[in-house]
Amino acid sequence: MNSFFKYFTDIYSGVKSLLTGMSVTGKYFFSPGQIVTEQYPENRKKLLMQERFKGEVIMPHDQNNQHRCTGCGICETNCPNGSIEVISNRIDSGDGKKVRIIDKHIYHLSMCTFCGLCIKTCPSDALAWGQQFEHAVFDRAKLTKTLNKPGSSILKGIE
Amino acid sequence: MKEVIHTPVPYIEEEEYHINMGPQHPSTHGVLRLVVTLQGEIVKKLKPHCGYIHRGIEKMCEKDTYPQIIHLTDRMDYLSAHINNHAVCLLVENALQVEVPERVKYIRTIIDELTRIQSHQLWWACYGMDLGGLTCFFYGLRDREKILDIFEQSFGSRLLHSYYAPGGLMMDIHPDFQKNVKAFIKYFRKKIKDYDRILTGNVIMQERTRGIGILTRDNAISYAVTGPSGRASGFSCDVRKHYPYACYDKVDFKEILYTEGDTLHRYFARMEEMRESMKIIEQLIDNIPAGDYSAKMKAVLKLPAGEYYQRVETARGELGVYCISDGNKTPFRMKFRSPNFSNLGVLDSISRDTKIADLVAIGASLDFVIPDIDR
Ligand code: SF4
Ligand code: SF4
Repeated sequence: MNSFFKYFTDIYSGVKSLLTGMSVTGKYFFSPGQIVTEQYPENRKKLLMQERFKGEVIMPHDQNNQHRCTGCGICETNCPNGSIEVISNRIDSGDGKKVRIIDKHIYHLSMCTFCGLCIKTCPSDALAWGQQFEHAVFDRAKLTKTLNKPGSSILKGIE
Repeated sequence: MKEVIHTPVPYIEEEEYHINMGPQHPSTHGVLRLVVTLQGEIVKKLKPHCGYIHRGIEKMCEKDTYPQIIHLTDRMDYLSAHINNHAVCLLVENALQVEVPERVKYIRTIIDELTRIQSHQLWWACYGMDLGGLTCFFYGLRDREKILDIFEQSFGSRLLHSYYAPGGLMMDIHPDFQKNVKAFIKYFRKKIKDYDRILTGNVIMQERTRGIGILTRDNAISYAVTGPSGRASGFSCDVRKHYPYACYDKVDFKEILYTEGDTLHRYFARMEEMRESMKIIEQLIDNIPAGDYSAKMKAVLKLPAGEYYQRVETARGELGVYCISDGNKTPFRMKFRSPNFSNLGVLDSISRDTKIADLVAIGASLDFVIPDIDR
């Protein structure tokens, strides 16, 4: 007799639990206002990334094509995987002293692990995160970038 | 010399056969290969083969300075990235005897618990999916997205953050952080009821997992199964309770313990942990003290020669970091005691004599992250 009852209570509780679950899915099914899916490639125009988003390492330049990098190479030593190569020259500054000036700041996006150490340790805040995240290219060489723009110079007053 | 006698053990008994589960099997959640010896449908033996995603992180640590090691630990158990970072940061701070600001401790505790919640959400999503409930997967990921958005806003990335640095944090939290976390807790308190209605109370799930894959307390201790999986067997192993770090001695939370130790109770343990994590966050989020986000640290960190050990509680169990320093700026040896590796060891003994379909449920309830096993 007991097992007979148990058989029916089991059926009852089973159906009840299924209906409870279905009520949750049904609730979402009939309330399209709660849709959270983003239509990614179509919404590119209005897709805004967070301001701190780590897309790639960039070197901001101002409107006079000037950056803040002194070519000290601290970012290069702090990078854990050699994604940064700093090539600097020494030139005469006019008053007889030699000063270092950046020639090329090469950044290998393909090797970067986005640890942020270069940006944190740069003494003159020359580097920043860029928001660009669509990095797929057909040629690997395109992922090696020169961060200082051609013809750029260092901002006055940065040591 | 003593003669060693090998008694030949038959590799395979009569009427048994092997199948490979993995390395590309959806239910192993990564590249884990299990060689399962079956008799009919019954699992007789199981042999995990690791190493498919071995990257030599411990060896790489030997050439990196301490701040550089942080970003490698992200890549072990990527679902508890912050907590892994925390372990190395604590190790360095304790070795150098740096006192980190109170603000850092609060923020770290909150972020650790958020990490635990998002890890358990993904586990819940996959657990449902492995047992055939695809809806769970979408709901779990939908809610995890909210935490990832908070992470992205403050730290700039969604999975591998590298946000902690020895002595503090890389940068301060976003001004909206507190507001968003509070909004999330309010939102998730509602949604976790849906989780219960859709999966916890479901008869099919309960009947399929009750009494399956029983891990006894003794076995949990001798295999060192930690985390929610160990606690579901009654093994009290919460590092946050026993060896409190950061703010865990200030907050009030329960260590979730069950005695049954089957797949269903491992499920309950994780569900309850999410609620406990929310409780911890609620206690801290309103009183983050003002102050610096990092202690003053030297440019080059050199640990005094010696041995150091630090443990933390990740979402899957106890992570231990053991470091030998010879006084240089790079460690002489770094060893990670990863929770998943120990938890994997018990899979053979608890899945014997179950059906192969139950093996999927048992594996899901142990919540493996394969890169943490191989490192
Ligand atoms: S980016 Fe900064 S750290 Fe790197 S070379 Fe330029 S100034 Fe030095
Ligand atoms: S973010 Fe890290 S890995 Fe990338 S270039 Fe900077 S230091 Fe190197």
